[in-house]
Amino acid sequence: MSEPKTPGKRMEHRLPERFVPRIDYDLCRVCKRCVSECSYQALEFKESKVVPAGGCVACGRCIAFCPANCIEIRPVPPQFAPHGNWSERSRRAILAQASSGGVLLSSCGADDTHPAIFDDLLLDAAQVTNPSIDPLREPVETVTYLGRRPGKLEVRDGNIIIREDDTPLIRMDMPLMFGHISLGSIGYNAQKALFMAAKELNIVAGSGEGGLHPDFYSYADRICSEVASGRFGIKPEYLKGVAAVEIKIGQGAKPGHGGHLPGEKVTTMISETRMIPRGTDALSPYPHHDIYSIEDLAQLISVLKESTEYRLPVGVKIAAVHNVGAIASGLVRAGADFLTVDGFKGGTGAAPRVIRDHAGLPVEVAIAAVDRRLTQEGLRNRVTVCAGGGIRSSADMIKALALGADVVMVSTAAMVAMGCRVCQQCHRGLCSWGIATQRDDLTSRLDPEVAAARIVNLFQAWNEELKEVLGAMGIDAVESLVGNRDRLRYRGPNPKLAEVMNVKHIGEGWG
Amino acid sequence: MRPACKPKGHSHECDCGRECMTVHEGRAIIDLNLSEVRPMHYTTLNCVVRKAMRMGCSSIELKGVMGQRYLASTASSAGLYIAVHGTPGNDLGAFLNGPTIEVFGNAQDMTGNTMNSGRIIVHGNAWDVTGLAARGGTIMVKGDTGYRVGIHMKEYGQAHPTLLVGGTAKDYLGEYMAGGTILVLGLGNGPSPVGRNVGAGMHGGRIFVRGSVARHQLGPGASISPMNEQDREEISRLLDEFDGAFGTVVPRDLEDYVKIAPSSSRPFSGYYDKTSV
Repeated sequence: MSEPKTPGKRMEHRLPERFVPRIDYDLCRVCKRCVSECSYQALEFKESKVVPAGGCVACGRCIAFCPANCIEIRPVPPQFAPHGNWSERSRRAILAQASSGGVLLSSCGADDTHPAIFDDLLLDAAQVTNPSIDPLREPVETVTYLGRRPGKLEVRDGNIIIREDDTPLIRMDMPLMFGHISLGSIGYNAQKALFMAAKELNIVAGSGEGGLHPDFYSYADRICSEVASGRFGIKPEYLKGVAAVEIKIGQGAKPGHGGHLPGEKVTTMISETRMIPRGTDALSPYPHHDIYSIEDLAQLISVLKESTEYRLPVGVKIAAVHNVGAIASGLVRAGADFLTVDGFKGGTGAAPRVIRDHAGLPVEVAIAAVDRRLTQEGLRNRVTVCAGGGIRSSADMIKALALGADVVMVSTAAMVAMGCRVCQQCHRGLCSWGIATQRDDLTSRLDPEVAAARIVNLFQAWNEELKEVLGAMGIDAVESLVGNRDRLRYRGPNPKLAEVMNVKHIGEGWG
Repeated sequence: MRPACKPKGHSHECDCGRECMTVHEGRAIIDLNLSEVRPMHYTTLNCVVRKAMRMGCSSIELKGVMGQRYLASTASSAGLYIAVHGTPGNDLGAFLNGPTIEVFGNAQDMTGNTMNSGRIIVHGNAWDVTGLAARGGTIMVKGDTGYRVGIHMKEYGQAHPTLLVGGTAKDYLGEYMAGGTILVLGLGNGPSPVGRNVGAGMHGGRIFVRGSVARHQLGPGASISPMNEQDREEISRLLDEFDGAFGTVVPRDLEDYVKIAPSSSRPFSGYYDKTSV
């Protein structure tokens, strides 16, 4: 066992800029709005004009707020000698680490060039023999329920009885939930906007593991509270008034990794909700130390069910890893009412780059593997399967459902709706859009009412698009799309992928 | 044999406790030996206990407990006293929020898991992961404890978790500790009552050990610190509390204690590189 690493001596080495804001001085009114908006201090006012000051991250805040529309951000062209193997990025990473000796930190989802498998899937549509439906004139159902299903109907004295003695099901108006983004990783206004939008959309939003701010108890019936390895902020109010409880085992962006909220972000408010001293690092251990097996997990599920008197569904979230099918089977057998599979393109407020970019499984494959394994074992009809991690559009959502997810979990898309430009600087806590930051002057930039309305708009539109596609497929309820892999075809470069996902290749017909 | 009752759903009116619970002047006695189904299923027992709590009982005495898990989880009445005769199962008093639980026997794993406030007094041993992530309240164990005890305890404001162990603790005591106090007395044992990797990754709180702790027993992030007057006062107060609970007379040899404290409250500052590549 080695001692924790103490910071070594910094050996500075300046790296070339990545982005440079260009100002059209013919149009610039020298209002200096861009200088005050840039939380990265990449613009400064010098000798009667605004000039780039270095460190631009392409967050786009200056562009959005320039009244003269005179700024554009340009990526800096390659500065190193070209080399087919030694990309500029790989060399930058080496130079940075040789300076600091540190573990490279990153945020948002994996940003490398692994192509999304979603883009290699094509949807089917109805023609002639299975007529399509016009969703504007005929009902197309998108209501989805979260929780454990009875698995079968009981017929007693000729009446159909739906057993309701198991935990209740949570009704959602669309097959979509917001992922777990903690207060801490994002600011108060951003989390409020998510909760407001979840209420308006009648879906569920995850609390993240940072506890629940007392102001948000009014949204509790739409919140899924998270029990993660740090056990932050868990108190009776956090467990009892909410829609559901989810045990977080892993996160797609950093499978097998814990959490670490740096002391700078542990402000008075964060310290109150997490119930830890101000300014200390908030560490979530890598594993839950009371869970070393499926049997141990079953105990945590059971104690949460006892604690909530069986009033709430209790779910488990895992990162998509190579053995995800078998693990999912264990989760269901351990008593999970719903399970969430988070693919490796999933977002994060901070994760080591090496894990974010290299560990895990694409969500498309993970969904198919989980759906297939649970079906083989006769468990699929008992649970709700949620899946997320890189869902960028309604098309991705629809393909995820067809691959076998009941509910799609989105987070990054909701943040982009609020203003996020995915500049991947969340871990620095300087978010110019007031989302992933705790600085009061920045969080106040985000109006939760406006942000919530934009999120509502986005996902209402996605739901309409879902209905359009369902109608085009001749399907009148989203449940009939779930796991309907016959309505997908693979057109990518690797037929083996189609085989593991149990999706036919383009050109292959029915049966 | 009647199938064990498995109450689910809050509106479900069951007849749990019909045979085994008597209530007299707000004091409930639940004798598991009177139940037709033995051992009673944990869901049944917890249902009976919740029923007694809903009736507003000030004390609940459980007799003949045989490893039933999750007893009194999330129990939230500050004045409530729960006596457990027999052996409770794992996760005794998980998320506990106020009551006092006294166990006249041994407890198993994960006693006081993520507890908020209240007291758990164990007259025997309490095994692995006792006091996991406790945020407040007191756990007192007269005998020995197992591995990974008192890990990730944390304090906030007035909430200050305390874990007192009369005997020994095994490896990884106080791992990830973020706040609170652990006191290990090692009564009737050799020179060092703790195992290896004590306080691994700790970044808050303090561990007092009566006896010796060698450097190689410390985990990364933990260091032996000098004892100050405030520490000695806290130890004296905790010893009074321990003696009061168990009727023991622990010697007040305050010079024989070792204090283990975190090397830093920011163990990861400097660990990461935030450069945009």
